[in-house]
Amino acid sequence: MSPDARLIDSPFDPSEELRRFAEAHRQSGGIASFIGQVRAEEGEAAVLELELSHYPPLTLPGMRALATEAGQRWPLDGMLLLHRTGSLSPGEPIVLVAAAARHRRDAFLAADFAMDHLKSEAWFWKRERTAAGWHWVEPRAADHADKARWENSPPI
Amino acid sequence: MALTLLFLGRLQDAAGGEERTVGYHRDLAALIASLEPELGQALRSDKVRVAVNGVLGVTVLADGDEVAFLPPVSGG
Repeated sequence: MSPDARLIDSPFDPSEELRRFAEAHRQSGGIASFIGQVRAEEGEAAVLELELSHYPPLTLPGMRALATEAGQRWPLDGMLLLHRTGSLSPGEPIVLVAAAARHRRDAFLAADFAMDHLKSEAWFWKRERTAAGWHWVEPRAADHADKARWENSPPI
Repeated sequence: MALTLLFLGRLQDAAGGEERTVGYHRDLAALIASLEPELGQALRSDKVRVAVNGVLGVTVLADGDEVAFLPPVSGG
């Protein structure tokens, strides 16, 4: 399994990426995927812009290591981790994770595992612009709790 | 003799910018002690990780090193 991990600095099309991923893994019985996108909301607190910064020496190598670890925990045919950087507008995709496997449960678990680790460990910093101005997005306790689920054995 | 400092995330607010060049200091403690007290205090937090030329956990500095201060991540 050679994972495909990429940082992308302009808008991307998750459906086209998934189509190519499926085409590259025709032998797999199932592909599980997750798309994270910038919430498009109304009202005073609505996010108008999201800015994602990263630290190049660590961010992409960390994503590759995460995909490799997923491949060691479950029998995968392929793993796709795509993450935006730079300035994003409401509705734009931020992250696409997909896992291809012979059987569906391995694909579901690997994609879930990868998202929980991306949310809590990946080297990204976010700030949001609302009507009130820019503010930094703080780490969420729930993201760390989600990651902790995987520390012993995978959830069943 | 100089060091390049990078401030990620909210630390760029404390530092007043994402990057600055400062004179050489032989280790992290001496470097941080040379900065403004409020910035130094923010950088000494247990939650701030430091990477030197992209490697975590280095404390001894060489001329020309890039020192990055990494606050807790926001999540992907």
